[in-house]
Amino acid sequence: MMNAVLAGVIGFIRYLGRFGLGFFERLGRAHLFLISLLLALPAVLARFRLTVVQMYSVGFLSLVIIVVSGLFVGMVLGLQGYNTLVDFGAEESLGVLVALSLVRELGPVVSALLFAGRAGSALTAEIGLMKATEQLSAMEMMAVDPFRRVLGPRFLAGFISMPLLAAMFSAVGIIGGYFVGVGLLGVDTGAFWAQMQSAVGVREDIMNGVIKSIVFGFAVTWIAVFEGYDTIPTSEGISRATTRTVVNSSLAVLGLDFILTALMFN
Amino acid sequence: MLQSKTIEIIVGIFVLLGLAALLMLSMKVSNIGGPGEGSGYKIEAEFLNIGGLKTRAPVKMAGVTIGRVHGISIDEDTYNAVVVMNISNDYKNIPMDTSASIYTAGLLGEQYISLQPGGSETYLAEGDQIQITSDAVVLEEIIGQFMYNQAAGGNEDGGNGGGLDF
Amino acid sequence: MTENNNASAAADQPLVRIRNLSFRRAGRLIFDDVDIDIPRGRITGIMGPSGCGKTTLLRLIGGQLKPAAGSIDFDGMIINQLRRKSLFEARKRMGMLFQSGALLTDMNVFDNVAFPLREHTELPESMIHDLVIMKLEAVGLRGARNLMSSELSGGMARRVALARAIALDPDMIMYDEPFTGQDPISMGVLIRLIKRTNDALGLTSMLVSHDVAETASIADYIYVLSDGKVVGQGSPDEIRDSESEWVRQFMDARPDGPVPFHYPAPAFEDELLAGTRESS
Repeated sequence: MMNAVLAGVIGFIRYLGRFGLGFFERLGRAHLFLISLLLALPAVLARFRLTVVQMYSVGFLSLVIIVVSGLFVGMVLGLQGYNTLVDFGAEESLGVLVALSLVRELGPVVSALLFAGRAGSALTAEIGLMKATEQLSAMEMMAVDPFRRVLGPRFLAGFISMPLLAAMFSAVGIIGGYFVGVGLLGVDTGAFWAQMQSAVGVREDIMNGVIKSIVFGFAVTWIAVFEGYDTIPTSEGISRATTRTVVNSSLAVLGLDFILTALMFN
Repeated sequence: MLQSKTIEIIVGIFVLLGLAALLMLSMKVSNIGGPGEGSGYKIEAEFLNIGGLKTRAPVKMAGVTIGRVHGISIDEDTYNAVVVMNISNDYKNIPMDTSASIYTAGLLGEQYISLQPGGSETYLAEGDQIQITSDAVVLEEIIGQFMYNQAAGGNEDGGNGGGLDF
Repeated sequence: MTENNNASAAADQPLVRIRNLSFRRAGRLIFDDVDIDIPRGRITGIMGPSGCGKTTLLRLIGGQLKPAAGSIDFDGMIINQLRRKSLFEARKRMGMLFQSGALLTDMNVFDNVAFPLREHTELPESMIHDLVIMKLEAVGLRGARNLMSSELSGGMARRVALARAIALDPDMIMYDEPFTGQDPISMGVLIRLIKRTNDALGLTSMLVSHDVAETASIADYIYVLSDGKVVGQGSPDEIRDSESEWVRQFMDARPDGPVPFHYPAPAFEDELLAGTRESS
């Protein structure tokens, strides 16, 4: 009996150890991968057209989901915020509430989560498929570096697109909040904008939001491109890598958001 | 597959939309375009207590925002708070004997500086100081005073707490 | 045919010379002290049962894998010691045809064939167009230039991949299992294409396959690999008449022999008894 318990405990510790070793091994590979990506960056910049093409699939194709979600998030913020603020007779502050929530938090975070689901998973699947069908290998054999030709442009495209998407999310969200607050609930237009303008700072709010979205864009695309490149080249491997991209990058976004918020607004 | 030229145009539009959103955020949503940033002239005022006044708080005259608080520091000799205000160049003719008070927007709102114009013929210019000031109302002090009065005089009509129109 | 300066002496040398090659993966020895020569201008077949490391051999020659020991000499360059940049230069002189074709899925046939030209040359678009049309004509797919690679059959994809592999006029082409899963017609087409490309372009070809008859019909020299070693080599006729048990098993498709039918396991009886012991 005692032995069975002991064996169970040791088994659990072994499991933990194996999990930890696997985790750090992957982390190490991910960082080596990042170094290769960054080393390829000058060559990627020299052929920027490749990145432009990727910005179409990574950035532009994510536009619809970002804009629609931004609009609805802004409208819900307007509705909820109004109901709360009206109790204090402070419904003129609705603009402040909507704008600050969007610019500081929801814009960067929600758009990064959506970006991970829409563009990140697509990136992983595409690169994983290229690996499984030996396309990356074939490129290497044609003396073409996949880091410069395939991975680098996709990474850069995601990195550039993310802040733009987050800005659009926030802007559309504020317009959505305006529609609900001013259009439907009758908040004064002037008060809505004026209070917003007096409370939202360019540097401390907008710039920090942009910095957040740049960091998130870096993290999400890095994870997505790495998971694709690190895929076990089978169909099951690709589907697992895609899931991992969404899970890991969502966790990374939320964790980084906490750290960045603590650093910025303290 | 789309033509590469089409893709480039679409991506161009995408980037423009993103930049437009950023521009909207910084111009329309935040206070970069309003008075207090950029062109303007600075005047000073000394207060015994500024309460919860913060930089970037609005400076109003007759309820109109004409500038913003630029900086807050303390005078090493008098231990008074020195508030530097940036007034928009649109409002040049503020009389010399204008007085400044710190008010609260609503019961719990932000604090701002209100200027009451005097009748002087000379106007405030860059670096001038407003002489007549009244301090921020600190809620705790009012409540404390009210409680003291209650205890000392047993005033019946003190219930409405003179504090609000103090 | 090769632009080597030390002309006649070098021309007699094999293009690829593999010496004492050892390679292990996940603790398993894939190659054990193997010597292989790939002569210039010929078709050399590499045969052997599945999983004996034929594809690995091609990747070693291409420098995608590094051997544990030994050297791979490609026209005077030791592939496994090259720096990345010279390795890429060496690769431009090799074409490789992957089993699946490995065409780039986001491009059509034309762009796939043009891909190495656009990556490695500064040629004007009109010249690239002509070159691509010539290569596609050589594999008989000039009319398919606007198809996407997903619209091609397996045999067509391999032919496009062949056109892409010869786009840069390499010295050598490596074929990885070109006949697998092909119907007799496209098999015949591929055999003829491999033979014709080799002879017309003066290429050196390396043909990795386990299809005995097809390989024997075009190869000038054949190596039979098994269990990490070269177990037989010679012209197709010599291989056919070989006395070696390994070669006989492979050529005659015998289920059991030096390559055992059973995966290595403890004795059958012991394992059955062990089962009854555990359950009791």
